[in-house]
Amino acid sequence: MTVRTYGTRLPGLPPGDLSGKLVVIEGSDGSGRTTEVDLLKEWLEVEGHAVVDTGLRRSNLVSEEIDRAKQGHTLGATTMALLYAADFGDQLENKIVPALSAGSTVLADRYIYTLMARAIVRGASRDYARQLYGFAFRPDLVIFLDARPEILLHRSIGKYGSLDYWESGMDLCLSRDLFESFFLYQDRLAREFEWMSREYDFHTVDANRRPEEVHEVVRELVATLYGGKPPSRARRRLTPRAPSASA
Amino acid sequence: MRENPSPKHGYPGRLFVFEGLDGSGKSTQAALLGKWLAASGYRVFRTEWNSSELVSSTIRRGKKKGLLTPTTFSLMHATDFADRFERTILPPLRAGYVVVCDRYSYTAFVRDAARGCDPDWVRMIYSFAPTPDIAFYFRVPVKITLQRKIASRLKINYYEAGMDLGLSEDLHDSYERFQGRIKKEYDRIAVTDKMTVVDSTRAVEPIQAELRSAVRPILQGFPKGEALLHDS
Repeated sequence: MTVRTYGTRLPGLPPGDLSGKLVVIEGSDGSGRTTEVDLLKEWLEVEGHAVVDTGLRRSNLVSEEIDRAKQGHTLGATTMALLYAADFGDQLENKIVPALSAGSTVLADRYIYTLMARAIVRGASRDYARQLYGFAFRPDLVIFLDARPEILLHRSIGKYGSLDYWESGMDLCLSRDLFESFFLYQDRLAREFEWMSREYDFHTVDANRRPEEVHEVVRELVATLYGGKPPSRARRRLTPRAPSASA
Repeated sequence: MRENPSPKHGYPGRLFVFEGLDGSGKSTQAALLGKWLAASGYRVFRTEWNSSELVSSTIRRGKKKGLLTPTTFSLMHATDFADRFERTILPPLRAGYVVVCDRYSYTAFVRDAARGCDPDWVRMIYSFAPTPDIAFYFRVPVKITLQRKIASRLKINYYEAGMDLGLSEDLHDSYERFQGRIKKEYDRIAVTDKMTVVDSTRAVEPIQAELRSAVRPILQGFPKGEALLHDS
């Protein structure tokens, strides 16, 4: 890929292009992201491509600090946003860059967009979030898995047996009721993904369907990076937001 | 509550910042000024920006594994500063204290620029930190700071010497070069940011006297501690 960041230079980056490709799968918790990353990885490897998958909060540098901060709930909004940015920077430079320069396809299970959305709903301005992540690479492809909040709800309950404190945005004190907070929080996130989908050129895929159906669409999109025909079925529009929980 | 907000940042308190190279004497001066302010009856809160537990364990780990890059180094320090700012600087500032900061965002501006980070990006990251009422820059040649360090038998640390940048194999040599870059950057922003430059090659006493005269006008009409506790 031709290395282009979103605006800020990244000091210490080796000069020249990186031969790999960066594919980002974005979407809320329960949108089927991780399942899709697994399917995509399997398919790409069968096709003969070297694949490195990466997610958020898996770096060696600060993941312990993030876990500790979450336990104590003691860090302020700006501090938390910066800590996540540091963690992302670490992954970008120590995992994504080496993989790309080795010619691998990097499958990112979430990228800066989730981090930006979370920071913004916690009080950062859109401008601050956008510039903070200005050092991130522009991916070759960003796929946004778009699922209705009701579907996210059922998948979350299926996964955790309940609703997750953080994925329900309970730290925001939107509501003391977990169920209601989940919908309010997801709604706020969706609002941020909406403007980002235009500004950052998301390919939005309807993720209200079964994993195999979603995968078929995603695969067609990804195939275009390797010389495949452009897909016909991928949509670039978000599903209209469903009525929220209070309805 | 008595409202007498600062014209610089709009909070009821006052914010005094001390900047300069390690060994420039700024910490000694900050401590003395804090003493004097407290003795004069002001409510003072003094804070210094060294690595906190949050960051120092990460930096230790990062160094061991060679994980830190200029960007992550910068972001880790920004995280640390934000944590201090949100927890320990902003509350006393809002409560009407005189907050004396030994290092502030300027430290990051100069250090990160010396590491090659985009200066505009660094400033944007620290945009949550308000402009202080006064920012002193303790200007001193790098040679002197190195002599002071050696004289007091302080160890030079790896990042302070910019060893991660590969400027030189030799620790002292790298320290001089890297601190030289930082000093150049301080000299530059002292002008653009209208810092109050203090010639720190002098003895402690005349410098302290100069600082006291410099802050007096800022404290004109500023309530002392007694007045904050109850109505007279």
